[in-house]
Amino acid sequence: MGILEGKRILVAGVTMDSSIGFAVARVAQEQGATVVVSNFGRALSITKRIVGRLPQPAPVIELDVTDESHLERLPDVLREHVDGLDGVVHSIAYGNPETLLGGKFLDGPWSDVAQAVQVSAYSLKSLTTACLPLMGEGGSVVGMTFDATVAWPAYDWMGVAKAGLESTSRYLARDLGPRGIRVNLVSAGPLKTLAAKAIPGFEDLESSWKDRAPLGWDESDHGPTARGVVALLSDFFPATTGEIVHVDGGFHAMGL
Amino acid sequence: MATQTDILNDLAAIVEDIAGVDAADVQLDKEFIGDLDVDSLSMVEIVVAAEEKFGVRIPDDEVKNLKTVGDAVNYIDKAQG
Repeated sequence: MGILEGKRILVAGVTMDSSIGFAVARVAQEQGATVVVSNFGRALSITKRIVGRLPQPAPVIELDVTDESHLERLPDVLREHVDGLDGVVHSIAYGNPETLLGGKFLDGPWSDVAQAVQVSAYSLKSLTTACLPLMGEGGSVVGMTFDATVAWPAYDWMGVAKAGLESTSRYLARDLGPRGIRVNLVSAGPLKTLAAKAIPGFEDLESSWKDRAPLGWDESDHGPTARGVVALLSDFFPATTGEIVHVDGGFHAMGL
Repeated sequence: MATQTDILNDLAAIVEDIAGVDAADVQLDKEFIGDLDVDSLSMVEIVVAAEEKFGVRIPDDEVKNLKTVGDAVNYIDKAQG
């Protein structure tokens, strides 16, 4: 009997089998959940192929979190597959790698920053409110952050967007707590994904992470992060909301 | 066992399906990006489709070495053993 037995989960943001969202979908299924995954635009056709690698079939729906019409129709689209939602996983972020990442902080143009904040932070609010008609008491929303309390090499404006995401999560926790819905984030160490590869200089982070994290860190193993997300989706964190759980090998707790 | 020609034909069909390139243009000496105008997102999908079709794994680190169609055919041929 898995810890998500009978739960219905939307995982938003699955492209490749190296996506964090893919690992979450896999572990959620292994723990008994019914999983629906979403992606947008041209990457949708990749997602449709890649879900074939999940332990069980999962419907793929189109969802561009910046498109009002997509958000509006989301409950109806979801109802074609599930009769309600117990959990939503937000694994979505974008910042133009040409202008916003890799050491170009001082030149990042506002239009691109605005897009990064909309796609990576505001969308946690948009996605969550769009799913509310299907969610009730005991619902859980989990997003992915990369510790935004400090400045990192290369991460630049995506770090600012993640700071926005972390704050958005706390305000959502405040406003949805009275409905019995929890909102939390997992702050993972660096993971090898399609998105991470697009960040120039991100691999430098990976090498220092291993050395400083007391538990060590394997950037190619998404399992620990996925299990952290699944734990937050489960009933085993019933009194936890507005929290950021670090799944980073302990890196964040060390001074050096 | 699939011959190199079989692999090329199947791969050409995949490239045509995903990137809209005429299968007849998908020849061993053609570069995916330079000659066939396959962009990075289409390349990702071609790799996924090829992995399914040929029953092989093409690691991300390997993909950047597959510049030409011939590189891909050779890799798939070797990976199939």
